[in-house]
Amino acid sequence: MPDLPQKPLPDGQGEGFRVSTASPIDKLVGMIDVLPGGTVILSSVEQVLNWGRSSSLWALGFGLACCAIEMMAAAAGRFDMDRIGTFFRGTPRQADLIIVSGRCTIKMAPIVRRLYEQIPEPKYVISMGSCATCGGPFYYDNYSILKGIDTIIPVDVYVPGCPPRPEALYEGILKLQEKIKKEPFLRRRAGVVPA
Amino acid sequence: MALRTEELILNLGPQHPSTHGVLRMILTLDGENILEVEPDIGYLHSSVEKMMEYRTYVQSVSLADRGMDYLAALANEEALLRAVETLGKIEVPPRAQWLRVIFLEFQRIASHLVWLGTWGADLGATTMFLWCFREREQVLDLFEKSTGGRLHHVYFRPGGVYEDIPDGWVEQALAFCEEFPGHIAEYEGLFTANPIFEVRTKGVGVLPKDVAMNMGACGPVARASGIAFDVRTAFPYEKYAEVEFDIPVQQAGDCFARYQVRVEEMRQSVRIIQQCIAKLPPGEIRAPKVPITLRLPKGEVYTRTESPRGDLGVFLVSEGEEHPYRVKIRAPAFSNLYALSEIMRGWKIADVIAILGSTDIVLSDVDR
Repeated sequence: MPDLPQKPLPDGQGEGFRVSTASPIDKLVGMIDVLPGGTVILSSVEQVLNWGRSSSLWALGFGLACCAIEMMAAAAGRFDMDRIGTFFRGTPRQADLIIVSGRCTIKMAPIVRRLYEQIPEPKYVISMGSCATCGGPFYYDNYSILKGIDTIIPVDVYVPGCPPRPEALYEGILKLQEKIKKEPFLRRRAGVVPA
Repeated sequence: MALRTEELILNLGPQHPSTHGVLRMILTLDGENILEVEPDIGYLHSSVEKMMEYRTYVQSVSLADRGMDYLAALANEEALLRAVETLGKIEVPPRAQWLRVIFLEFQRIASHLVWLGTWGADLGATTMFLWCFREREQVLDLFEKSTGGRLHHVYFRPGGVYEDIPDGWVEQALAFCEEFPGHIAEYEGLFTANPIFEVRTKGVGVLPKDVAMNMGACGPVARASGIAFDVRTAFPYEKYAEVEFDIPVQQAGDCFARYQVRVEEMRQSVRIIQQCIAKLPPGEIRAPKVPITLRLPKGEVYTRTESPRGDLGVFLVSEGEEHPYRVKIRAPAFSNLYALSEIMRGWKIADVIAILGSTDIVLSDVDR
Protein backbone atom coordinates (compact mmCIF):
# COMPACT_ATOMS: atom_id res chain seq x y z
CA MET A 1 0.00 0.00 0.00
CA PRO A 2 1.49 3.37 -0.96
CA ASP A 3 2.13 5.82 1.84
CA LEU A 4 -0.33 8.67 1.93
CA PRO A 5 1.15 12.17 2.10
CA GLN A 6 0.45 13.71 5.46
CA LYS A 7 1.40 17.34 4.73
CA PRO A 8 -1.19 20.03 4.20
CA LEU A 9 -1.81 20.89 0.58
CA PRO A 10 -0.82 24.24 -1.00
CA ASP A 11 -3.11 27.22 -0.38
CA GLY A 12 -6.67 27.02 -1.52
CA GLN A 13 -6.57 23.26 -1.95
CA GLY A 14 -8.46 22.26 1.19
CA GLU A 15 -7.33 21.54 4.70
CA GLY A 16 -5.11 18.64 3.91
CA PHE A 17 -5.49 14.93 4.38
CA ARG A 18 -7.59 13.44 7.09
CA VAL A 19 -5.37 10.48 7.86
CA SER A 20 -6.56 7.89 10.27
CA THR A 21 -4.88 4.70 11.30
CA ALA A 22 -8.13 3.05 12.34
CA SER A 23 -9.40 1.99 8.96
CA PRO A 24 -8.00 2.13 5.43
CA ILE A 25 -11.36 3.39 4.27
CA ASP A 26 -10.90 6.51 6.36
CA LYS A 27 -7.76 7.16 4.37
CA LEU A 28 -9.67 6.66 1.16
CA VAL A 29 -12.29 9.14 2.24
CA GLY A 30 -9.53 11.61 3.01
CA MET A 31 -8.24 11.26 -0.49
CA ILE A 32 -11.65 11.60 -2.10
CA ASP A 33 -12.24 14.83 -0.20
CA VAL A 34 -9.23 16.63 -1.65
CA LEU A 35 -9.13 15.27 -5.16
CA PRO A 36 -10.63 17.52 -7.83
CA GLY A 37 -14.20 16.43 -8.33
CA GLY A 38 -13.86 13.99 -5.47
CA THR A 39 -14.78 10.96 -7.52
CA VAL A 40 -11.57 9.03 -7.95
CA ILE A 41 -10.53 6.39 -5.45
CA LEU A 42 -6.95 5.24 -5.36
CA SER A 43 -6.47 1.99 -3.56
CA SER A 44 -5.31 -1.53 -3.97
CA VAL A 45 -7.91 -4.14 -4.83
CA GLU A 46 -6.83 -6.11 -1.81
CA GLN A 47 -7.58 -3.27 0.56
CA VAL A 48 -11.11 -2.80 -0.74
CA LEU A 49 -11.67 -6.54 -0.78
CA ASN A 50 -10.52 -6.88 2.81
CA TRP A 51 -12.73 -4.01 3.85
CA GLY A 52 -15.72 -5.72 2.28
CA ARG A 53 -14.88 -9.12 3.74
CA SER A 54 -14.37 -7.77 7.22
CA SER A 55 -17.67 -5.91 7.20
CA SER A 56 -19.86 -8.89 6.41
CA LEU A 57 -18.72 -11.73 8.59
CA TRP A 58 -21.46 -14.31 8.58
CA ALA A 59 -21.28 -16.48 11.62
CA LEU A 60 -22.40 -20.05 11.96
CA GLY A 61 -25.49 -20.26 14.16
CA PHE A 62 -24.07 -22.81 16.48
CA GLY A 63 -24.12 -22.76 20.25
CA LEU A 64 -22.60 -25.12 22.75
CA ALA A 65 -23.47 -23.93 26.24
CA CYS A 66 -24.15 -20.84 28.35
CA CYS A 67 -22.11 -18.50 26.13
CA ALA A 68 -24.54 -19.30 23.32
CA ILE A 69 -27.25 -17.53 25.30
CA GLU A 70 -25.11 -14.39 25.46
CA MET A 71 -24.38 -14.84 21.77
CA MET A 72 -28.14 -14.92 21.15
CA ALA A 73 -28.54 -11.83 23.32
CA ALA A 74 -25.87 -10.11 21.24
CA ALA A 75 -27.83 -10.93 18.11
CA ALA A 76 -31.16 -9.78 19.60
CA GLY A 77 -32.66 -6.33 19.86
CA ARG A 78 -30.60 -4.42 22.38
CA PHE A 79 -27.18 -5.28 21.01
CA ASP A 80 -28.18 -6.04 17.42
CA MET A 81 -25.16 -7.66 15.90
CA ASP A 82 -26.43 -7.05 12.35
CA ARG A 83 -25.13 -3.49 12.73
CA ILE A 84 -21.55 -4.67 12.31
CA GLY A 85 -22.44 -7.05 9.52
CA THR A 86 -22.50 -10.26 11.49
CA PHE A 87 -25.54 -12.43 11.42
CA PHE A 88 -26.16 -16.10 11.82
CA ARG A 89 -26.50 -18.70 9.13
CA GLY A 90 -27.83 -22.18 9.75
CA THR A 91 -25.25 -24.04 7.72
CA PRO A 92 -21.44 -23.99 7.69
CA ARG A 93 -21.47 -23.76 3.88
CA GLN A 94 -22.67 -20.16 4.08
CA ALA A 95 -20.57 -19.06 7.04
CA ASP A 96 -17.24 -17.26 7.32
CA LEU A 97 -16.88 -17.41 11.05
CA ILE A 98 -17.50 -19.96 13.77
CA ILE A 99 -18.03 -18.63 17.27
CA VAL A 100 -17.25 -21.50 19.62
CA SER A 101 -19.53 -20.49 22.45
CA GLY A 102 -19.17 -22.54 25.55
CA ARG A 103 -17.60 -25.70 26.82
CA CYS A 104 -16.84 -28.40 24.31
CA THR A 105 -16.94 -31.97 25.51
CA ILE A 106 -14.70 -34.69 24.20
CA LYS A 107 -17.79 -36.29 22.65
CA MET A 108 -18.60 -33.02 20.84
CA ALA A 109 -15.03 -32.28 19.69
CA PRO A 110 -15.10 -34.28 16.41
CA ILE A 111 -18.31 -32.53 15.43
CA VAL A 112 -16.89 -29.06 16.07
CA ARG A 113 -13.85 -30.05 14.06
CA ARG A 114 -16.03 -31.27 11.19
CA LEU A 115 -18.11 -28.08 11.25
CA TYR A 116 -14.93 -26.06 11.03
CA GLU A 117 -13.77 -28.13 8.08
CA GLN A 118 -17.09 -27.65 6.30
CA ILE A 119 -16.76 -23.87 6.31
CA PRO A 120 -15.28 -22.69 2.99
CA GLU A 121 -12.01 -20.75 3.04
CA PRO A 122 -11.25 -18.08 4.19
CA LYS A 123 -12.61 -18.93 7.63
CA TYR A 124 -12.14 -17.56 11.11
CA VAL A 125 -12.68 -18.81 14.64
CA ILE A 126 -13.64 -16.85 17.75
CA SER A 127 -13.26 -18.71 21.01
CA MET A 128 -15.95 -17.26 23.25
CA GLY A 129 -15.64 -17.67 26.99
CA SER A 130 -13.24 -19.31 29.38
CA CYS A 131 -14.39 -22.85 28.66
CA ALA A 132 -13.71 -22.65 24.94
CA THR A 133 -10.43 -20.86 25.60
CA CYS A 134 -8.88 -23.19 28.17
CA GLY A 135 -11.51 -25.32 29.86
CA GLY A 136 -12.39 -22.53 32.28
CA PRO A 137 -14.02 -23.67 35.52
CA PHE A 138 -13.98 -27.22 34.18
CA TYR A 139 -10.21 -27.39 34.01
CA TYR A 140 -9.50 -29.39 37.15
CA ASP A 141 -11.03 -32.69 38.29
CA ASN A 142 -12.94 -33.07 35.08
CA TYR A 143 -12.97 -36.01 32.72
CA SER A 144 -15.32 -34.87 29.99
CA ILE A 145 -14.49 -31.31 28.90
CA LEU A 146 -11.92 -30.43 26.28
CA LYS A 147 -9.23 -28.14 27.74
CA GLY A 148 -9.50 -25.43 25.16
CA ILE A 149 -10.91 -25.46 21.66
CA ASP A 150 -7.49 -24.50 20.26
CA THR A 151 -6.41 -28.09 20.79
CA ILE A 152 -8.55 -29.07 17.79
CA ILE A 153 -9.04 -25.97 15.60
CA PRO A 154 -6.96 -22.79 15.09
CA VAL A 155 -8.35 -19.78 16.93
CA ASP A 156 -8.13 -16.18 15.70
CA VAL A 157 -9.59 -14.25 18.62
CA TYR A 158 -10.09 -15.27 22.23
CA VAL A 159 -12.89 -13.54 24.13
CA PRO A 160 -12.46 -13.96 27.90
CA GLY A 161 -15.30 -14.07 30.40
CA CYS A 162 -17.66 -16.51 32.02
CA PRO A 163 -19.77 -15.84 30.06
CA PRO A 164 -18.50 -12.77 28.17
CA ARG A 165 -20.98 -9.95 27.96
CA PRO A 166 -22.39 -9.19 24.51
CA GLU A 167 -20.18 -6.10 24.46
CA ALA A 168 -17.14 -8.34 24.91
CA LEU A 169 -18.22 -10.47 21.98
CA TYR A 170 -18.58 -7.27 19.98
CA GLU A 171 -15.03 -6.33 20.85
CA GLY A 172 -13.90 -9.76 19.72
CA ILE A 173 -15.60 -9.39 16.36
CA LEU A 174 -14.19 -5.88 15.90
CA LYS A 175 -10.71 -7.19 16.68
CA LEU A 176 -11.22 -9.90 14.09
CA GLN A 177 -12.27 -7.24 11.58
CA GLU A 178 -9.05 -5.35 12.25
CA LYS A 179 -7.12 -8.54 11.71
CA ILE A 180 -8.87 -9.25 8.41
CA LYS A 181 -8.20 -5.72 7.17
CA LYS A 182 -4.47 -6.25 7.58
CA GLU A 183 -4.39 -9.61 5.83
CA PRO A 184 -2.32 -10.01 2.62
CA PHE A 185 -5.30 -11.87 1.20
CA LEU A 186 -4.64 -11.63 -2.55
CA ARG A 187 -0.87 -11.52 -2.22
CA ARG A 188 -0.99 -14.77 -0.33
CA ARG A 189 -3.13 -16.31 -3.04
CA ALA A 190 -0.78 -15.09 -5.73
CA GLY A 191 2.15 -16.59 -3.85
CA VAL A 192 3.86 -13.25 -3.24
CA VAL A 193 3.51 -13.68 0.51
CA PRO A 194 4.06 -17.16 1.93
CA ALA A 195 0.90 -18.75 3.29
CA MET B 1 -50.11 -50.82 -6.12
CA ALA B 2 -48.54 -48.65 -3.49
CA LEU B 3 -45.12 -47.24 -4.17
CA ARG B 4 -42.47 -48.96 -2.10
CA THR B 5 -40.17 -46.65 -0.21
CA GLU B 6 -37.17 -47.21 1.99
CA GLU B 7 -36.77 -46.18 5.55
CA LEU B 8 -34.33 -43.34 6.03
CA ILE B 9 -32.27 -42.64 9.10
CA LEU B 10 -31.78 -38.94 9.65
CA ASN B 11 -29.59 -37.26 12.22
CA LEU B 12 -31.13 -34.14 13.70
CA GLY B 13 -28.29 -32.35 15.43
CA PRO B 14 -26.02 -32.12 17.36
CA GLN B 15 -25.53 -28.92 15.39
CA HIS B 16 -29.04 -27.83 14.57
CA PRO B 17 -30.54 -24.46 15.45
CA SER B 18 -33.75 -26.08 16.70
CA THR B 19 -32.28 -28.59 19.10
CA HIS B 20 -31.57 -25.83 21.63
CA GLY B 21 -28.02 -26.86 22.21
CA VAL B 22 -26.26 -30.05 21.35
CA LEU B 23 -28.90 -32.75 21.28
CA ARG B 24 -28.76 -35.43 18.62
CA MET B 25 -32.02 -37.06 17.58
CA ILE B 26 -31.74 -40.19 15.46
CA LEU B 27 -34.95 -40.21 13.46
CA THR B 28 -36.12 -43.20 11.42
CA LEU B 29 -38.28 -41.82 8.65
CA ASP B 30 -40.81 -43.18 6.23
CA GLY B 31 -41.07 -40.23 3.90
CA GLU B 32 -42.07 -37.37 6.19
CA ASN B 33 -43.40 -39.61 8.93
CA ILE B 34 -41.46 -40.46 12.04
CA LEU B 35 -41.21 -44.18 12.75
CA GLU B 36 -38.71 -44.13 15.58
CA VAL B 37 -37.00 -41.45 17.66
CA GLU B 38 -33.89 -42.00 19.67
CA PRO B 39 -32.38 -39.07 21.53
CA ASP B 40 -28.62 -39.27 21.85
CA ILE B 41 -27.47 -37.18 24.76
CA GLY B 42 -24.15 -36.56 26.45
CA TYR B 43 -22.73 -33.92 24.10
CA LEU B 44 -22.63 -31.44 26.97
CA HIS B 45 -21.81 -33.73 29.85
CA SER B 46 -19.71 -31.56 32.14
CA SER B 47 -19.44 -33.94 35.11
CA VAL B 48 -20.43 -31.36 37.72
CA GLU B 49 -21.70 -34.05 40.08
CA LYS B 50 -18.21 -35.51 40.24
CA MET B 51 -16.54 -32.10 40.45
CA MET B 52 -18.67 -31.08 43.42
CA GLU B 53 -17.18 -33.97 45.39
CA TYR B 54 -13.84 -32.12 45.33
CA ARG B 55 -15.14 -28.67 46.19
CA THR B 56 -16.47 -26.94 49.25
CA TYR B 57 -20.16 -26.14 49.38
CA VAL B 58 -19.61 -22.47 48.58
CA GLN B 59 -17.47 -23.37 45.57
CA SER B 60 -20.12 -25.82 44.43
CA VAL B 61 -22.61 -22.98 44.12
CA SER B 62 -20.67 -21.49 41.23
CA LEU B 63 -20.52 -24.92 39.60
CA ALA B 64 -24.28 -25.30 39.98
CA ASP B 65 -24.68 -22.08 37.98
CA ARG B 66 -22.62 -23.27 35.07
CA GLY B 67 -22.79 -27.01 35.02
CA MET B 68 -26.52 -27.40 35.53
CA ASP B 69 -29.36 -25.63 33.76
CA TYR B 70 -27.67 -22.42 32.59
CA LEU B 71 -30.90 -20.63 31.73
CA ALA B 72 -31.95 -20.69 35.36
CA ALA B 73 -28.77 -20.32 37.36
CA LEU B 74 -30.47 -19.05 40.50
CA ALA B 75 -32.88 -21.99 40.52
CA ASN B 76 -29.87 -24.33 40.57
CA GLU B 77 -28.27 -22.43 43.42
CA GLU B 78 -31.52 -22.70 45.33
CA ALA B 79 -31.78 -26.44 44.66
CA LEU B 80 -28.26 -27.10 45.90
CA LEU B 81 -28.51 -24.80 48.90
CA ARG B 82 -31.85 -26.27 49.92
CA ALA B 83 -30.06 -29.59 50.37
CA VAL B 84 -27.07 -28.01 52.14
CA GLU B 85 -29.23 -25.94 54.49
CA THR B 86 -31.60 -28.80 55.27
CA LEU B 87 -28.77 -31.15 56.17
CA GLY B 88 -26.79 -28.52 58.02
CA LYS B 89 -29.90 -27.14 59.76
CA ILE B 90 -28.93 -23.59 58.76
CA GLU B 91 -31.61 -20.98 59.40
CA VAL B 92 -31.98 -18.43 56.62
CA PRO B 93 -33.09 -14.97 57.82
CA PRO B 94 -36.57 -13.92 56.63
CA ARG B 95 -35.35 -11.05 54.45
CA ALA B 96 -32.99 -13.38 52.61
CA GLN B 97 -35.83 -15.86 52.08
CA TRP B 98 -38.06 -13.19 50.58
CA LEU B 99 -35.21 -11.97 48.39
CA ARG B 100 -34.62 -15.50 47.19
CA VAL B 101 -38.26 -15.89 46.18
CA ILE B 102 -38.13 -12.59 44.28
CA PHE B 103 -35.01 -13.61 42.41
CA LEU B 104 -36.28 -17.12 41.71
CA GLU B 105 -39.42 -15.74 40.12
CA PHE B 106 -37.48 -13.22 38.05
CA GLN B 107 -35.34 -16.13 36.94
CA ARG B 108 -38.48 -18.03 35.94
CA ILE B 109 -39.59 -15.08 33.82
CA ALA B 110 -36.17 -14.78 32.17
CA SER B 111 -36.02 -18.49 31.45
CA HIS B 112 -39.53 -18.67 30.02
CA LEU B 113 -38.77 -15.65 27.84
CA VAL B 114 -35.78 -17.41 26.31
CA TRP B 115 -37.95 -20.46 25.74
CA LEU B 116 -40.75 -18.50 24.12
CA GLY B 117 -38.37 -16.52 21.94
CA THR B 118 -36.37 -19.48 20.68
CA TRP B 119 -39.47 -21.60 20.17
CA GLY B 120 -41.01 -18.77 18.21
CA ALA B 121 -37.87 -18.62 16.08
CA ASP B 122 -38.13 -22.40 15.55
CA LEU B 123 -41.67 -22.01 14.28
CA GLY B 124 -40.72 -19.15 11.99
CA ALA B 125 -41.71 -16.14 14.08
CA THR B 126 -38.52 -14.12 14.41
CA THR B 127 -40.45 -11.22 15.90
CA MET B 128 -41.12 -13.29 18.99
CA PHE B 129 -37.39 -13.86 19.47
CA LEU B 130 -36.66 -10.14 19.34
CA TRP B 131 -39.55 -9.15 21.59
CA CYS B 132 -38.81 -11.75 24.25
CA PHE B 133 -35.14 -10.85 24.41
CA ARG B 134 -36.11 -7.19 24.73
CA GLU B 135 -37.94 -7.87 28.00
CA ARG B 136 -35.36 -10.38 29.12
CA GLU B 137 -32.68 -7.70 29.01
CA GLN B 138 -34.70 -5.69 31.52
CA VAL B 139 -34.75 -8.67 33.88
CA LEU B 140 -31.03 -9.17 33.38
CA ASP B 141 -30.48 -5.50 34.24
CA LEU B 142 -32.21 -6.12 37.55
CA PHE B 143 -30.02 -9.18 38.15
CA GLU B 144 -26.91 -7.30 37.24
CA LYS B 145 -27.63 -4.44 39.62
CA SER B 146 -27.84 -6.67 42.64
CA THR B 147 -25.81 -9.77 41.81
CA GLY B 148 -23.23 -8.39 39.40
CA GLY B 149 -23.83 -11.05 36.78
CA ARG B 150 -26.13 -11.39 33.83
CA LEU B 151 -26.20 -15.15 33.54
CA HIS B 152 -24.17 -16.66 36.36
CA HIS B 153 -24.77 -14.94 39.63
CA VAL B 154 -23.42 -16.96 42.60
CA TYR B 155 -25.80 -14.83 44.61
CA PHE B 156 -27.31 -17.36 47.02
CA ARG B 157 -24.90 -18.51 49.69
CA PRO B 158 -25.31 -21.04 52.50
CA GLY B 159 -27.41 -19.17 55.03
CA GLY B 160 -28.70 -16.31 52.91
CA VAL B 161 -27.77 -14.16 49.96
CA TYR B 162 -24.49 -12.46 49.16
CA GLU B 163 -25.50 -8.82 49.26
CA ASP B 164 -28.58 -6.74 49.87
CA ILE B 165 -30.36 -5.17 46.95
CA PRO B 166 -29.10 -1.66 46.04
CA ASP B 167 -31.08 1.57 46.35
CA GLY B 168 -33.69 2.05 43.70
CA TRP B 169 -33.82 -1.64 42.86
CA VAL B 170 -37.28 -2.18 44.31
CA GLU B 171 -38.71 0.71 42.30
CA GLN B 172 -37.18 -0.63 39.11
CA ALA B 173 -38.51 -4.12 39.82
CA LEU B 174 -41.99 -2.79 40.51
CA ALA B 175 -41.91 -0.74 37.33
CA PHE B 176 -41.04 -3.88 35.41
CA CYS B 177 -43.87 -5.80 37.08
CA GLU B 178 -46.24 -2.99 36.13
CA GLU B 179 -45.15 -3.02 32.52
CA PHE B 180 -44.58 -6.70 31.87
CA PRO B 181 -48.20 -8.03 31.76
CA GLY B 182 -48.77 -5.65 28.85
CA HIS B 183 -45.90 -7.29 27.02
CA ILE B 184 -47.34 -10.75 27.73
CA ALA B 185 -50.53 -9.55 26.05
CA GLU B 186 -48.39 -8.53 23.08
CA TYR B 187 -46.92 -12.02 22.84
CA GLU B 188 -50.37 -13.53 23.01
CA GLY B 189 -51.56 -11.17 20.33
CA LEU B 190 -48.77 -12.47 18.13
CA PHE B 191 -49.28 -16.17 18.86
CA THR B 192 -52.55 -17.22 20.47
CA ALA B 193 -54.97 -16.29 17.70
CA ASN B 194 -52.45 -16.73 14.91
CA PRO B 195 -53.82 -19.38 12.48
CA ILE B 196 -50.32 -20.49 11.42
CA PHE B 197 -49.31 -20.97 15.02
CA GLU B 198 -52.53 -22.84 15.79
CA VAL B 199 -51.99 -25.27 12.93
CA ARG B 200 -48.42 -25.89 14.05
CA THR B 201 -49.23 -26.47 17.72
CA LYS B 202 -52.90 -27.29 18.44
CA GLY B 203 -53.38 -31.02 18.76
CA VAL B 204 -49.72 -31.59 17.92
CA GLY B 205 -47.62 -33.77 20.20
CA VAL B 206 -50.32 -34.73 22.67
CA LEU B 207 -48.78 -36.15 25.82
CA PRO B 208 -51.47 -38.19 27.61
CA LYS B 209 -51.70 -37.90 31.35
CA ASP B 210 -50.78 -41.52 32.04
CA VAL B 211 -47.70 -41.38 29.80
CA ALA B 212 -46.65 -38.17 31.51
CA MET B 213 -47.03 -39.90 34.87
CA ASN B 214 -45.13 -43.02 33.82
CA MET B 215 -42.26 -41.16 32.23
CA GLY B 216 -41.83 -38.82 35.18
CA ALA B 217 -42.64 -35.66 33.29
CA CYS B 218 -42.68 -32.61 35.51
CA GLY B 219 -43.08 -28.87 35.52
CA PRO B 220 -45.03 -27.10 32.79
CA VAL B 221 -44.96 -30.21 30.58
CA ALA B 222 -46.82 -32.25 33.20
CA ARG B 223 -49.14 -29.39 34.07
CA ALA B 224 -50.12 -29.04 30.42
CA SER B 225 -51.17 -32.71 30.52
CA GLY B 226 -53.53 -32.21 33.43
CA ILE B 227 -51.25 -33.08 36.36
CA ALA B 228 -51.81 -30.29 38.86
CA PHE B 229 -48.52 -30.62 40.69
CA ASP B 230 -46.09 -27.90 41.55
CA VAL B 231 -43.37 -28.28 44.17
CA ARG B 232 -43.91 -24.68 45.23
CA THR B 233 -47.38 -25.53 46.56
CA ALA B 234 -47.02 -29.26 47.25
CA PHE B 235 -43.81 -28.92 49.31
CA PRO B 236 -43.44 -25.18 49.92
CA TYR B 237 -39.92 -23.93 50.49
CA GLU B 238 -38.57 -20.49 51.40
CA LYS B 239 -41.62 -18.21 51.58
CA TYR B 240 -43.80 -19.78 48.91
CA ALA B 241 -46.35 -20.80 51.55
CA GLU B 242 -47.00 -17.16 52.38
CA VAL B 243 -47.75 -15.86 48.90
CA GLU B 244 -50.86 -16.39 46.83
CA PHE B 245 -50.57 -17.67 43.31
CA ASP B 246 -52.33 -20.05 40.97
CA ILE B 247 -50.90 -23.12 39.32
CA PRO B 248 -51.98 -23.00 35.67
CA VAL B 249 -53.16 -26.41 34.47
CA GLN B 250 -54.31 -27.42 31.00
CA GLN B 251 -55.92 -30.71 30.03
CA ALA B 252 -55.09 -30.85 26.31
CA GLY B 253 -51.46 -31.95 26.64
CA ASP B 254 -50.46 -30.60 23.22
CA CYS B 255 -47.82 -28.01 22.30
CA PHE B 256 -50.37 -25.23 22.54
CA ALA B 257 -51.27 -26.22 26.10
CA ARG B 258 -47.62 -26.15 27.11
CA TYR B 259 -47.35 -22.69 25.62
CA GLN B 260 -50.46 -21.53 27.52
CA VAL B 261 -49.15 -22.92 30.82
CA ARG B 262 -45.80 -21.15 30.53
CA VAL B 263 -47.29 -17.83 29.52
CA GLU B 264 -49.69 -17.99 32.46
CA GLU B 265 -46.77 -18.90 34.75
CA MET B 266 -45.04 -15.67 33.79
CA ARG B 267 -48.13 -13.75 34.90
CA GLN B 268 -48.21 -15.63 38.19
CA SER B 269 -44.50 -14.90 38.71
CA VAL B 270 -45.22 -11.20 38.40
CA ARG B 271 -47.95 -11.63 41.01
CA ILE B 272 -45.58 -13.41 43.38
CA ILE B 273 -42.89 -10.74 42.97
CA GLN B 274 -45.33 -7.95 43.73
CA GLN B 275 -46.49 -9.70 46.90
CA CYS B 276 -42.92 -10.41 47.98
CA ILE B 277 -41.84 -6.82 47.51
CA ALA B 278 -44.83 -5.64 49.57
CA LYS B 279 -43.90 -8.05 52.36
CA LEU B 280 -40.10 -7.60 52.21
CA PRO B 281 -38.99 -7.03 55.81
CA PRO B 282 -35.81 -5.22 56.86
CA GLY B 283 -33.12 -7.15 58.66
CA GLU B 284 -30.23 -9.52 58.19
CA ILE B 285 -29.57 -11.09 54.80
CA ARG B 286 -27.16 -13.80 55.92
CA ALA B 287 -27.19 -16.18 58.82
CA PRO B 288 -24.34 -15.42 61.22
CA LYS B 289 -21.59 -17.92 61.83
CA VAL B 290 -21.76 -19.90 58.62
CA PRO B 291 -18.09 -20.66 57.93
CA ILE B 292 -16.70 -20.54 54.41
CA THR B 293 -15.47 -24.10 54.74
CA LEU B 294 -18.80 -25.36 55.91
CA ARG B 295 -18.82 -28.87 57.35
CA LEU B 296 -22.14 -30.66 57.23
CA PRO B 297 -22.98 -33.45 59.69
CA LYS B 298 -22.85 -37.02 58.47
CA GLY B 299 -26.03 -38.00 56.71
CA GLU B 300 -28.00 -37.76 53.51
CA VAL B 301 -30.85 -35.63 52.28
CA TYR B 302 -33.06 -35.29 49.22
CA THR B 303 -34.69 -31.94 48.55
CA ARG B 304 -36.77 -30.77 45.64
CA THR B 305 -37.47 -27.36 44.20
CA GLU B 306 -39.47 -26.08 41.25
CA SER B 307 -37.09 -24.79 38.63
CA PRO B 308 -38.54 -23.16 35.48
CA ARG B 309 -38.28 -26.56 33.83
CA GLY B 310 -39.87 -28.56 36.62
CA ASP B 311 -39.04 -30.67 39.61
CA LEU B 312 -35.34 -30.15 40.30
CA GLY B 313 -34.09 -32.40 43.07
CA VAL B 314 -30.72 -32.73 44.75
CA PHE B 315 -29.63 -35.82 46.67
CA LEU B 316 -26.68 -35.02 48.88
CA VAL B 317 -24.61 -37.40 50.97
CA SER B 318 -22.20 -35.98 53.51
CA GLU B 319 -19.47 -37.81 55.38
CA GLY B 320 -18.92 -34.92 57.75
CA GLU B 321 -16.24 -33.23 55.66
CA GLU B 322 -16.16 -29.82 54.02
CA HIS B 323 -17.06 -31.30 50.66
CA PRO B 324 -19.95 -33.63 49.84
CA TYR B 325 -19.44 -37.36 49.46
CA ARG B 326 -21.92 -37.55 46.59
CA VAL B 327 -24.28 -35.15 44.85
CA LYS B 328 -26.96 -36.48 42.54
CA ILE B 329 -29.02 -34.03 40.58
CA ARG B 330 -32.47 -35.03 39.40
CA ALA B 331 -32.85 -32.95 36.26
CA PRO B 332 -36.34 -32.02 35.06
CA ALA B 333 -35.33 -31.54 31.43
CA PHE B 334 -34.04 -35.10 31.25
CA SER B 335 -37.35 -36.74 32.12
CA ASN B 336 -39.31 -34.25 30.03
CA LEU B 337 -37.14 -34.98 27.00
CA TYR B 338 -37.71 -38.72 27.28
CA ALA B 339 -41.42 -38.31 27.94
CA LEU B 340 -41.79 -36.22 24.79
CA SER B 341 -39.59 -38.40 22.60
CA GLU B 342 -41.89 -41.26 23.59
CA ILE B 343 -44.84 -39.63 21.83
CA MET B 344 -43.02 -38.23 18.78
CA ARG B 345 -43.69 -41.36 16.72
CA GLY B 346 -46.22 -40.85 13.94
CA TRP B 347 -45.73 -37.11 13.58
CA LYS B 348 -44.06 -35.34 10.69
CA ILE B 349 -40.51 -33.97 10.75
CA ALA B 350 -41.73 -30.39 11.07
CA ASP B 351 -43.80 -31.38 14.10
CA VAL B 352 -40.73 -32.83 15.79
CA ILE B 353 -39.26 -29.32 15.87
CA ALA B 354 -42.42 -27.95 17.44
CA ILE B 355 -42.67 -30.76 19.99
CA LEU B 356 -39.00 -30.63 20.91
CA GLY B 357 -39.16 -26.86 21.31
CA SER B 358 -42.22 -27.10 23.52
CA THR B 359 -40.36 -29.30 26.04
CA ASP B 360 -38.06 -26.41 26.92
CA ILE B 361 -34.99 -28.59 27.17
CA VAL B 362 -31.63 -27.25 28.17
CA LEU B 363 -28.95 -29.72 27.32
CA SER B 364 -26.80 -28.67 30.21
CA ASP B 365 -29.63 -29.78 32.46
CA VAL B 366 -30.12 -33.06 30.59
CA ASP B 367 -26.44 -34.03 30.57
CA ARG B 368 -25.05 -32.22 33.60
